[in-house]
Formats: sequence, structure tokens, C-alpha cells
Amino acid sequence: MSIILDSKVPNGPVETKWQNQKFNMKLVSPANKRKHTVIVVGTGLAGASAAATMGELGYKVKAFCVHESPRRAHSVAAQGGINAAKNYQNDGDSIYRLFYDTVKGGDFRAREANVYRLAEASVNIIDQAVAQGVPLAREYGGLLSNRSFGGAQVSRTFYARGQTGQQLLLGAYSAMMRQVDLGTVELHARREMLDLVVVDGKARGIVVRNLKTGELESHEADVVVVASGGYSNVFYLSTNAMACAVTATWKAHKRGSYFANPCYTQIHPTCIPVHGENQSKLTLMSESLRNDGRVWVSAKKDDLRAPQDIPENERDYYLERVYPSFGNLAPRDIASRQAKYRIDEGFGAQGEKAVYLDFKDSIARMGEAKISERYGNLFQMYDKITGENPYKMPMRIYPAPHYTMGGLWVDYNLMSTIPGLFVAGEANFSDHGANRLGASALMQGLADGYFVLPYTVGDYIANTKLGAVKTTDDAFKNSENEVNKEVQKMMTIKGSRTVDSLHKELGHIMWENCGMSRSKQGLTESIDKIKKLRETFWNDVRVPGEAKDVNPELEKAGRVADFIELGELMCRDALTREESCGGHYREEHQIDGEAKRDDENFAHVAAWEWSGSADKAQTRHKEELKFDNVKLATRSYK
Amino acid sequence: MEAKKTLNLTLKVWRQKNAQTEGAFETYEAKDVSPDASFLEMLDSVNEILIKKGELPIVFDHDCREGICGSCGFMINGNAHGPQKSTTVCQLHMRQFEDGQELVLEPWRASAFPVIKDLMCDRSAFDRIIKAGGYISVNTGGARDANSIPISKVNADEAFLSATCIACGACVASCKNASAALFTGAKISHLALLPQGQVEKDERALNMVSQMDAEGFGACTTTGACSAACPKEISLTNIAKMNREYLRASFAQKEEVAGGDLA
Repeated sequence: MSIILDSKVPNGPVETKWQNQKFNMKLVSPANKRKHTVIVVGTGLAGASAAATMGELGYKVKAFCVHESPRRAHSVAAQGGINAAKNYQNDGDSIYRLFYDTVKGGDFRAREANVYRLAEASVNIIDQAVAQGVPLAREYGGLLSNRSFGGAQVSRTFYARGQTGQQLLLGAYSAMMRQVDLGTVELHARREMLDLVVVDGKARGIVVRNLKTGELESHEADVVVVASGGYSNVFYLSTNAMACAVTATWKAHKRGSYFANPCYTQIHPTCIPVHGENQSKLTLMSESLRNDGRVWVSAKKDDLRAPQDIPENERDYYLERVYPSFGNLAPRDIASRQAKYRIDEGFGAQGEKAVYLDFKDSIARMGEAKISERYGNLFQMYDKITGENPYKMPMRIYPAPHYTMGGLWVDYNLMSTIPGLFVAGEANFSDHGANRLGASALMQGLADGYFVLPYTVGDYIANTKLGAVKTTDDAFKNSENEVNKEVQKMMTIKGSRTVDSLHKELGHIMWENCGMSRSKQGLTESIDKIKKLRETFWNDVRVPGEAKDVNPELEKAGRVADFIELGELMCRDALTREESCGGHYREEHQIDGEAKRDDENFAHVAAWEWSGSADKAQTRHKEELKFDNVKLATRSYK
Repeated sequence: MEAKKTLNLTLKVWRQKNAQTEGAFETYEAKDVSPDASFLEMLDSVNEILIKKGELPIVFDHDCREGICGSCGFMINGNAHGPQKSTTVCQLHMRQFEDGQELVLEPWRASAFPVIKDLMCDRSAFDRIIKAGGYISVNTGGARDANSIPISKVNADEAFLSATCIACGACVASCKNASAALFTGAKISHLALLPQGQVEKDERALNMVSQMDAEGFGACTTTGACSAACPKEISLTNIAKMNREYLRASFAQKEEVAGGDLA
């Protein structure tokens, strides 16, 4: 039966909600904090910042990551920047404007109160990062530099060349390593969470596989924080790192944590196009490039001429044409869709699935040196991958899966439907609605970890009776047994299909039918195809090697098994949401190629409850969204 | 567009079950490799064939495949990350190679980086060096406004260049002494260049260098092989800065002890 979820958003005006909530929260005394263990799964921006901060507060923190080192989490790859409502540029920015832009950018499908808190925390994040020694870009006067990003008309994005994610992550990582040195954080690298242990209805621990030995290990705690990132790799080809997976969140989902808005995925408009069948991943070219690059295609259909042979008056700068006020800085969902239309209509670059991103005019205006200072490392990366020099030739770009707005459902305190399980960063669903604006992911990860969880986790601990649990308890042993059974099953099938071949097949289904454009027919057919693929997986997968050893194929197999189940849910979610909003574009619901929302019937979050078996349909619950501050309106960037 | 000419290569790959057993080179053929494929995609294809044949795939660390996470890295014909300058092996593309070439793949060789399996080794020593002091001791909350600490663009840019180290380990693998001076020096320099890093700079230099030695990395003889192999072009001046910081800190520490005696 469907229920209405309680977001626990505090009363009062949006500007004071978080302040009041912080005051009303119960505190844990310093002497008691060290008696409580907090598990943090994932050491990206959200996980590392949460682990560091809760360690500083005095909790006993255990941090887990699949990588060899916590510094390798995929936050490291974020290029462009991080938003903050500092208004250092005196261009009219404010916390309210960042809040407004983010709610609108998410196509009115995010929770207002969370977004406001995010905008408030944004200013503290920059202060914190600078105090840690994060080398953000500066002007000659010694003050911080800003650039503009898609979906905003102010310059509020802080950056460190094209390596903002790396530098912010190193800040959070170093803060966490300091706590490792001080003994408050215990680090468990090369461990993958394969189950959540629930005791008396509360999250009390995890089971992990040690990726160096293959042994299963149990860890108990009072609180579990999952900050394991997003699930774009369901598409096989995406800008995510190879190890990015839904596994940690999916295992929690199967233990009772609702999964919200799985169909909200972001397809990033500027990625390097696919080169061939053996391609393993796609590479993003930062959105910041659209500040100085102009996107165009030939105005003639099926034009095979090289870009330099197409004269200016035969080029269609379509973003500038369709969206005169935002131009090349139109938000990601819109820019991606427009690229798809051009290519579907036969205007692709030399007949290929690509459009041009051209710096010719900027280079003429500012000189090559200035462009190189801003984007040098991105140009170099493009050159390495494609063998083409973007100073001389326009880049070829194409949209690619990049980020997932959906994730585990959490209330205002970032707690999931399982008490004691908190979810942070991309792994939760909370702040971006149906489309994320550029430079907002780093902001959310760090806001959750530095400034939200340390408060809300304490409040939960102070208000909850937590009896002692041990990893020798039945609940842990049962979980270990179930994980072990699944691992053994995958090892013994010894079929004919490699894990990658199954993953590619899933990715193809998802990209064609649950990607930039979705239809009732395509989604319905996909659900059947994915069901068959699941059968194929469990009857014909081939996992070489041994379970008790380093075994990357076994790791991948487990992740693909979870992606297959998630893929089906994504299609179901997309099918049920009979409207278009943000990145979710249903062909049946559009006006002149723009998304047509249905606020009357769909201004809600859809949160899915696991049914106990992959063969049984999941139950869809709702959280109604109220817009008291930002008026529901058609989202326009024209 | 016309199809590009594919490559056929012979790979001699170091295979080693674990740190306790001895390893050996095995030979594999990589056929019909697209020049647009990355080096790791070429290895993926070889692995797909090995799996189908019932053999064990070659194990190597990798993740982002964008040259930023620092997971990947092994020697190709004696060069860390292969022949292309300032490029990690995941960003190395097959158009850099000739048809018919023989390539020898080995893991990083350093006693501080024990082999885990095949081309994968354990670089957690780097985390322990950071743990020893590669940070600024500032708790979350209460940081002052970011623009209240002006930093000259020159210093900020230089600090950034030091901070771009991805901890891949190519510097150690390329050094005849397996020294970690470039890695350690880059972090010490990054923080020493910033006003926020001044308060702890002495202890930082002393503790990080001492941890680096304790991990079993060799001494630096300034041959510059590390910097030449570094995919992020971390400059040798970082080592000079580390030495200066270390030396100054050693004297400062003595003065402090002397001061204590007087009191």
C-alpha cells in the first residue's frame, strides 16, 4: 500500500528553518561522543568531509572505500567548479538567488527547504576549503576568482583550473587523514559494502568484502552513513569512474531504504564522442568551456564538409538562436536535448554523432594565452584522447550520462527510511530535483558532510536508545551468509558471457530507451528486455578466478547484477512519471521540444519500496512537494 | 570517414599471484587494436579474450580513466606510464604505438610498494606520509571569510601546481633509489607556500620526511627522473623546497629545545 512520506521539514520561514532546527536538536556530550561509532561508506567529498568532521567532534568513525586510497574517490574528477553565494563579484548574487536558481534549475522537483540550506552552507564551504589550504583560483589582488556556469546569470563559481574536485577532495581527505593520525577515524581501504545490517529496525552495521583477500568482514556501529556516489554506470558508458556503482545504496534499498526518483539522470552536453565498440568510458569536457566556446552545427543537412570549410553564414549557433538570454550557458538538460535534436535531424558534425564547440572567436578576442590559462589542461586532455588540437579545430562533443539526481530517499535530516541510515552527496536524492545545475554537486557533497550530518547524526544518537550489538550476533551472521551465498552463486555459474558484455547490453538498453528521450513503448519493452537480461546474467555469466582473492571480475559482476535490477526500476519510474521535467523527458509530454511538467499530478517525489524479490514489482510511495517561496512556473531560459 | 588502420602488438606482461609468490613474464597477442583506444581499453580487450579462454585476466589498478584519480600506472618498456610525456597510462592512446611493436609491462618496482597481484601494487605508504602531517590543522566550522586571507596569485598558482600531484607513484617507480621525495616535497611545498600553512610548517616537514624514510623509500640524489616521468609535471623545485623546509625546521627545533632548557 502506498504511503505519504514525511520529510520532517521544520516549520517557519525558509530562511530560519535550519537555524531553528539546529537549536532544537539534542546534543551529545563530548564525553559520550567517543562511545558512539559511526560508519561512513565512501570517501568522496561527502564521505570524507563527514568522516573528518565527526572525527573532530569526537565520534569513533570507521571510514570505508573501494579504492586503494580514499583520495581516489570519483569526486576527484570534477573539473569545473563549486558554487557559493558569496557575491564577491557584486553582481547581484545572494543566498536567496542561489536557492531560487537551484529550485528552478531542478525544474521544481526538489525540496525547497533542503535547497535553501544548501545555499546557506555554500558560503561556509569556501571559507572551510581556503582554511584547509585548497588552492582556489585567485586574481592578481590576491582575492578569489569566479566564473559563470550554466543556468545562472551571475558569476558565483569558485574553481581550481579544471581540477576543482581534486583540490576540494584533497582538502577533505587531508582533514580526514589528520583524524586518522589523531585516532578518531579508522580507515578501511579496498573494502566494498555488500550489505547493510539492520537490527530491531535500525541500521547497525555493514558487511564488506575485503578486495585484497576476498574475505567478508562485519562492522557494527550506532549509525551508518552511506556516501557512495551515483549510478550513471547503469548506462555502461558514462563519465563516471569504472568502480562507480549503485551497490552500496542498492543493498541498503533491499534492506528497506526507499529509492527516490531513480529516473532523474543527468546527461551532460559536453563530452568527447564515442570512438568505438571497445570504449570503456566517456570523458567530460567541463561545462565551464561554454563560457568561451560557442556550440554550433552546419545549417545544411547531411553536410560532410570539414568544420573549417563551413563559412560563418552557414553555421547554426543553435543555443544562441533558441535561448537568446542564456545562449551557450543554457542548463545541461536543455543543451543536451538540443544537441540530440540537431543530430537526429541530420545536422551532426560531418554526419557523425557530434556537434562543435568552437573557441575561434574567443581566441581571436583574448588570445591563445588567455584561453590556455583558463582551460589549458582540458584542451590538452582533449588533444590526447582525440589526437586533434582544439586551438586550431573546434572540439567535437556529444552528451553523455554524468550524474544521477535520484538516490536513496532521505528526510530533511538526511536520514533514510531506515532509522540510523543516513545518506549523503550524490547517493541521496535530495537537492537537485530533476536536473542539477553545474558546480552544484561539489557544493552538495561538502554541505552534507561538513555542515549537515554532524548535527543531524548527533540528534539521532541523542534521541535514540541504542542497545549493544556485536558482529557475532545473528543479524550479522545472517547477512554474511547471504552475501557469501550470492558470491558463491556468481562464481559457480561459469557460463559463456563475460561481465562486461552483459554490462554493455544493459547500457545499450538504458541509453536507447531511458536516456535523453523516453517513451511509453520504449520503456515498456525495456522492462521486458532487462528481465531477460537478468535471467541471462544468473544463468550464463562467467566469473573467472577465486572468491578469496583479488578478483576484479567478481567485483564487477556484483555491481552489474545490481545495475540490472536498478535499470528495471529506472524504467518503471520513468514510465509512471507521465510528465517531462528536467532530465526526464517523455516524448508524449512536450511543447515544441521543451519539457512539459504536470504539476497537478506529479509535483511529488516518487520513492520506491523493495518488495522482497526482484521478480515482484516495487511499491511507489509519494512525498508531496510544496513550493511556498519559488512560484511554480514554466522553466524558461529563452 | 575511412576506417583507421588497426595495430597488432605483442605484450610481455608480469604475472604474479601475490606478494608471497614469485612472478614471471607471460606473452600475449593484442590483435586489431584501434589507434583510438586507450592503453587500458586495449588491455580490457586482451582480458575479454583471456576470460573466454578460461584464463585469468591481467589485474591492474584503474578507475577514473581521465588521468586524475592516480589509480593506474605500470611500466611500459621501462617507462612509467609509457612513452608519452605528462600522460597517465589510462590517457595513453594506442596511436602512440607502431604496428608489430613488442611491449613489456611491469608493475612499479619499489620495496615500499609491494606487489598485490600482476600489475597492481600497494601504495598505501603514500597515505601514511600524508597522515604524518600533510594537512593544515583546522576543524570544520569557524573558518574566517575566504577573502580575508589574500594570497598573491603567483604563490597561489605555484601552490596549485604542487597540489596537482595525483599520488600515482610514477616518481618512485622511475627513481633508481625508489625515493618518494617528489611526492612528499610536493605536499610540503603546497602547504608551505600558503599563509594558512605557516603555523605548522616545521613539524610538517620533519614528520612527513621521517615517515617517508620509515616507509622504506630511498634517498634522493636529484637525478630528476621522477619529474620527467610525472604525469602532472610536478617540478623538481618541490624537492629543493622540501630540503630547505626540512633543514630550517631541524634548526628551529633545536632552538626550541634550547629555549626550553633556559626556562
